[in-house]
Amino acid sequence: MSHEILMLLRFGAIAGVFFVLFKFGPKTGAQGRVAKVIMAIAAVAAIACVPSLASTSAGALPLGTVVLCSVYALFALGLNIVVGFAGLLDLGYVAFFLFGAYTAAFLMSDFGYQVSARQGSSKHQFSFDIHFFTAALDTIKGVHISFWLVIIAAALVAAFAGLLIGAPTLRLKSDYLALVTLGFGEILPEVFRNSDNVYGFNLTNGTKGIGPVDQISMGYLHNLPKLPIVGKIPQTITSADNHTKFYVIVAICAVFVYASLKLRDGRLGRAWMAIREDELAASLMGVPLMRTKLWSYAVGAVAGGVGGAFYATIVGTVNVDSFTFAFSIIVLCAVILGGMGNVWGAIAGGVVITWFDYTGLTFLGGKVNQGLGTHINLKDYEFGLFGLVLVVMMLFRPQGLIPATRSKQVKRADMKTANDGDEDLIGFGSDPRVVEEDRLGYGMEVGVDHE
Amino acid sequence: MAPYGATPTCTSGKVHMADAGISAPQTQDAAIGQTGPAEFGAPRKYTTESILGIVVLGLAVAWIIWSFVSGPTLFLQVLTIGLSNGALYALIALGYTMVYGIIELINFAHGDLFMLGSVMGAIFLEQWVGELKSSAVAWLWLALTILFAMASCALINVVIERLAYRRLRNAPKLAPLITAVGMSFILQNIGIKLNGSAPHSRSSVLPKTSFAIGSVDVRIKYVVVVAITVPLLLLMTWIVQKTRVGKAMRATAQDRDASLLMGINVDRVISYTFALGGALAGAAGVLFVQVNEQTRYDAGFRLGLIAFTAAVLGGVGNLLGAVVGGVLIGVIQSLNDGAPHFFGQKWTQTVMFSILIVMVIFRPGGIFGAHQQEKV
Repeated sequence: MSHEILMLLRFGAIAGVFFVLFKFGPKTGAQGRVAKVIMAIAAVAAIACVPSLASTSAGALPLGTVVLCSVYALFALGLNIVVGFAGLLDLGYVAFFLFGAYTAAFLMSDFGYQVSARQGSSKHQFSFDIHFFTAALDTIKGVHISFWLVIIAAALVAAFAGLLIGAPTLRLKSDYLALVTLGFGEILPEVFRNSDNVYGFNLTNGTKGIGPVDQISMGYLHNLPKLPIVGKIPQTITSADNHTKFYVIVAICAVFVYASLKLRDGRLGRAWMAIREDELAASLMGVPLMRTKLWSYAVGAVAGGVGGAFYATIVGTVNVDSFTFAFSIIVLCAVILGGMGNVWGAIAGGVVITWFDYTGLTFLGGKVNQGLGTHINLKDYEFGLFGLVLVVMMLFRPQGLIPATRSKQVKRADMKTANDGDEDLIGFGSDPRVVEEDRLGYGMEVGVDHE
Repeated sequence: MAPYGATPTCTSGKVHMADAGISAPQTQDAAIGQTGPAEFGAPRKYTTESILGIVVLGLAVAWIIWSFVSGPTLFLQVLTIGLSNGALYALIALGYTMVYGIIELINFAHGDLFMLGSVMGAIFLEQWVGELKSSAVAWLWLALTILFAMASCALINVVIERLAYRRLRNAPKLAPLITAVGMSFILQNIGIKLNGSAPHSRSSVLPKTSFAIGSVDVRIKYVVVVAITVPLLLLMTWIVQKTRVGKAMRATAQDRDASLLMGINVDRVISYTFALGGALAGAAGVLFVQVNEQTRYDAGFRLGLIAFTAAVLGGVGNLLGAVVGGVLIGVIQSLNDGAPHFFGQKWTQTVMFSILIVMVIFRPGGIFGAHQQEKV
């Protein structure tokens, strides 16, 4: 017991330092820089503490769930760029997840060898036997490439898929875009499910799925001395080693957080937000609509692809049944719950939603049933609860739990005056005055002449 | 209604919800950038796109003829299934199209409403009434079941609109859309609670016999479905075209603010539209169970999307279009599933959604609608 309290205290102290500095610390000048460095160290230390905290949580926070939470946080980060920054409702995010996972499956398993081995005709035999910086043994045939190269490949494949899906669809109005992306999200799994016999070639192994996917090789990091809290880094991450998996996914997330923040404040991010708030005005200001939207799709897809590749190594087998519409909705839920357009909100949303999905509902349900003597299986109400989250958030707090800075500034914006047009997708981000001027400019709804 | 609203399309003679109020999914920046003013008022030219469309259409027709020639009996038999399915899709598609016509919302929850209708209808007929076999009394009960499902689905749809969509009517477009997706999940959860998460087989009270026209067997149940659907569609047309409230609906779809000024109770008219759409979905649900003899909680998601494809095919907002689109989609699906030389059932979704995607991208106004472009 005392051990757990110690763990909690340590985590609390580190997180407290971070929070106090974040909220009240100096922001500018030399002091600000020092504060930033301390905050960064505190953040790293807090994250390093999480696995030990999880191991003492008595079932409330298993480390496996923590890893999944981080993966979904990564997905939410990616979707946040599409939905939150650029304001394009994508209901087919599962497509990028699928591409990432299958890329890992093709490049990190013995499937490349099996393809040919399973075919009856000896005429067309292709066997791939490639090993490249991998954790897999040489005796195992097939394509085995280092995880760190595979995530780059997955990112490229997903980004390319994003461009392919986006190019014809991004011209559409928001609701049709949602529907067409949803259509793609439904078609792709079916294509992968049915591609086990393409003119005799088994390309995807159909419903049986591809596996086992190789473990992650940590390479030279293994040679590092034993680190405080983290401990010695293993040579390969075994399937039970959630500790190291957690650190890997957090590192990937950190890269995406950094990229998201940089992009948001840069030229591209400002163009995204301009499109989100008024597409017409943005295009009149010289923002190239298609190119900017395509970029948001591609960048958002990269997170989906990388997350998918990582997910493939966790679950071990890539099965087409895991790519459902519900996945797209869960990630969307995370983004909306956290606050569209807010990077930290997306992470928080991803973590909270995933925790409820994998552990929270069962755990809380168990506690409730124990306390009240009832037999409610909260897991049965999962769909409804996610739906409820979407509805309630939209009705009562459309800006999310952690609103983006911009939306905080115009929090009082009256939705009624904000827009009744087509293009302003996220109302909380829009300044009603701007829209009023628009209307005047087009001579549309000029009722009273103020002069 | 919208600041950069659609140009009115006058298609007199067709059953339109409204003329200007319906905006098809226009391509936006085409009008903003290059092509807009130049094409205004110009006669229609044959573009690469339209030629490609004609070629694809020609290929499709050739394919269908090939299929017919290979197995005429099977082809026609499948066609009867397709017509009956199409009638059901038309009923569901109408709900999408009416709601879109009046408040420009893709009501994602509509398919799940249809699912609830099927589950509630089956529970009413089997568990409460206890009719499992085909008889004259059972058919009366079936009629009552349809009325029950229509009433309850109408009620649910009105309640959903009142609780969720009405508050967001003036909100930016993303908000009601996400709310609709959330509602769809809530309804699915209710479906799981009522029906269980596995498909539940139900018994049909329609006769299982068939009669022959030439060498083609026509199942009675398919005829019954069409025989029930057609009067419903006629009734709906009559309500929208001839009654006072129908006129109000059309006026609201055309211009909500102006309707308000004319003394139309817009809230009530929108509620009425949701009730009408819900009722049709309920009827479709009961008939669907009678034909397919099973209920499943996720039927609404897939069928709803297919029905929406039908609505897009006919031009969203166009009532006649929804009916024609529904029948077309029903026929296409059945041909794909059963007729010779098609892809088979495992590709159904791909075929359906490819049609949806191609239509939305290349011909957003539907098969009847002119290709509209949004003018600034």
